[in-house]
Amino acid sequence: MSCIEAHGLRKTFGTTVALAGIDLKVEEGRILGLIGPNGAGKSTALNAILGLVPYEGQLKVLGRNPWTERDALMRDVCFVADVAVLPRWMRVSQVVDYVAGVHPRFDRAKAEGFLAKTTIRHTSRVRELSKGMVAQLHLALVMAIDAKLLVLDEPTLGLDLLYRKQFYDTLLNDYFDHTRTIVVTTHQVEEIQHILTDLMFIDRGRIVLTCSMEDFEARYTEVMVNPENIAAARALKPINERQVFNRAIMLFDGVKRDQLTGLGEIRTPSIADLFVATMGATQGIAA
Amino acid sequence: MSMSSSDAVPETMPAATTATASSTRPFFWSVRREIWEYGSLYIAPLAVAGLVLFGFVISFFSMARHEQEIRATLTPNSMPAIMVLPYDIAAVSVIAVGVIVGLFYCLGALYNERRERSILFWKSLPVSNLTTVLSKAFIPLVVLPIIVFAVTVVLHLVMLALNIVARMASGMSVNDLLSNLPIFQMEIVMLYGAFAFALWHAPIYAWFIFVSGWAKKAPFLWGILPPLALVLVERLAFGTHYAGRLISYRLGGAVDAAFSRPTMLPIHVLHEHVTQNHGTRHGMDGVPVFGLQQIDLAGFLSTPGLWAGLVVAAAFLAAAVWMRRKREAL
Repeated sequence: MSCIEAHGLRKTFGTTVALAGIDLKVEEGRILGLIGPNGAGKSTALNAILGLVPYEGQLKVLGRNPWTERDALMRDVCFVADVAVLPRWMRVSQVVDYVAGVHPRFDRAKAEGFLAKTTIRHTSRVRELSKGMVAQLHLALVMAIDAKLLVLDEPTLGLDLLYRKQFYDTLLNDYFDHTRTIVVTTHQVEEIQHILTDLMFIDRGRIVLTCSMEDFEARYTEVMVNPENIAAARALKPINERQVFNRAIMLFDGVKRDQLTGLGEIRTPSIADLFVATMGATQGIAA
Repeated sequence: MSMSSSDAVPETMPAATTATASSTRPFFWSVRREIWEYGSLYIAPLAVAGLVLFGFVISFFSMARHEQEIRATLTPNSMPAIMVLPYDIAAVSVIAVGVIVGLFYCLGALYNERRERSILFWKSLPVSNLTTVLSKAFIPLVVLPIIVFAVTVVLHLVMLALNIVARMASGMSVNDLLSNLPIFQMEIVMLYGAFAFALWHAPIYAWFIFVSGWAKKAPFLWGILPPLALVLVERLAFGTHYAGRLISYRLGGAVDAAFSRPTMLPIHVLHEHVTQNHGTRHGMDGVPVFGLQQIDLAGFLSTPGLWAGLVVAAAFLAAAVWMRRKREAL
C-alpha cells in the first residue's frame, strides 16, 4: 500500500484553480520534498492530504479517505506547519499533558527526553517562548508520536539558521527510520536537499517534475564550462545557462556524464538551481 | 518507559490497532483544556462571591445595629425575611455571573482558536470536531452549574459562619438565625436551579457557540444583532411580537419553568425601615424563600419549552460541528 495515492486531485477556490487534477504516489519510507513557488498549490495539496479541506478526485492516505476519515487518520499522521500555531496561552506541561491525553501513539517519556535537551521550562507559557523554542517544542511532541506519515509545511519558517539545521538534523537522526514517510515543503531547499529521497516540483496546481533523488543525480548535471568549450557545450542543449563570475554554468538534463567531462568542472546541481531553471522559464523570470 | 501519569499515557504500540484509542480520553482532556484556557470560568464567580461577602459584612453590621428596632416592628411571620435576604442576594449574584461568563465563553469557544490560529494544531490531533464541540458545550451546561453551585455553597457557609460569630459577639440569638434559615434546603434548590437554568438557556449557549464557529469577525455582534433584527423586522413588517416574546421567554422564563411560585415573605416592615434610613430598595415587596417544595421537577420536565429549546440547541451544535470542519484559521 502506498502511503499517499492521488488520482486527479483537484481543488478550486471560486474561479481560482489551486490544484488542477494531480496524480501523486508516495511510497512508504520516503522523504518527499514538495517544492514550488508561492501559490503553487503546495499547502492546498497538504491540506487535502490532512483532511482539512474537501477536494475533487481520488485521494487515499494510508488507505483512508482523509476528508471523511480524518479523526482515524490523525492517529497515524502528524503535522507541523508554520500556520499551525501552538496555543499561546498554554503552558508547556499542559501541552504535553493534553497530547498524552488524546493521542494513543504518544510516548510521553520520549517527549520529555527531547524537551530535556532544550532550555524550555515546563512552567512557561507558549507565548513566553521564542519562535525557535516553540518549533523545538512542536518537534518534540511530533517526534514522540509513533506516526506513519509526517507532514511538514514550512516547518522552519522564521527560524534562524542554527534552529533550522538542528530541526532537520534531529528529524533525520532521531525520528526517520525508513518505515515512516515524510512530506516536506519549504523555500529553503538547499537545507533539505541531503535528506530527501524524492523530489516533486509543483507550479500553478500542476506537477512539473517528479523524480527520486537517485534519478535526480543521474539525470541532471551541472557544468562550469571552460570558455573554449562553450559552443560544444551549447550543442548538447543545456536546459539552462547562467553566468557566474564570467563563467558559463550550464544545466543538462539526461546528458551522459562522459559526454560532459571534457567541457569543464562537473557537479550535481542543487535543487535550487534546477528549481530556478524549470520554474524561472514558466514564471517569466530571467534565469 | 517511566511515566508520571499512568492513566493518560498509553503504551507505545508498534502495530496499528484501533484498540489503543480506548486508552485515551479525548473528551475529558478537551474539557480540561477549556478550563485551562478560560480561567474566568471560576475566577469570575469567585470574585463576585468575594464582593458579595464584602457587602454582606458591611451591611450585616449596619443591619445588626438596627435589629432591635426592626424586631420591635416585625410580625413573627416576617422574621425569616431579614435572615434570608442576604443569602438570596448571594445566590442570585453568583448565578447571574455564571450565566454571563457562560455566554461570553460560548462567543469565544470556536472563534479564539481560529483567531490565534491554533485550530490547525488542535486539528492535527486525533480529536473529532464532534468531541471538540461537545466539550465546549459541556462547559456552560455542566461545568459552570457545578462551579456556580460549589461557589454558592461555600459562600453561604462562610456567610453563615460570620453571621453566627457576629450574633454571638453582639449577644443575639443564634437559634433565631438557624431556625429561620433553611440552609440545607437552599443548597439543594441551588443545585437543581443551576442545572435547570443551564438546560433552559441551552439554545442560547448553542446559538453563541455556532456563531463563534461561523463569524469571521465580531462574534459578539453576530450573536446579538440577528435576533434583535428579527424582532425589529417582525414588528415593522407584520406588527407582531412573536420573536420578541420567544426571546424574552427564553431569557427570563427559567424561574417560572423550573419552580412553582415561591412563598414571598413580607418584608414591608423592613422595607419601610430601610427606606427611611437609606432611601433605596423601592419596589421590593417580599423575599422569595426557595424551599424544597418549590422545586417543580415534574412541571419543568413537562414544559414543552424546555424540550423545544433542547432540540434547537442540538441543531445549533450540529451546525457548529459542521462549521468547525469547514472553517479555517482567520
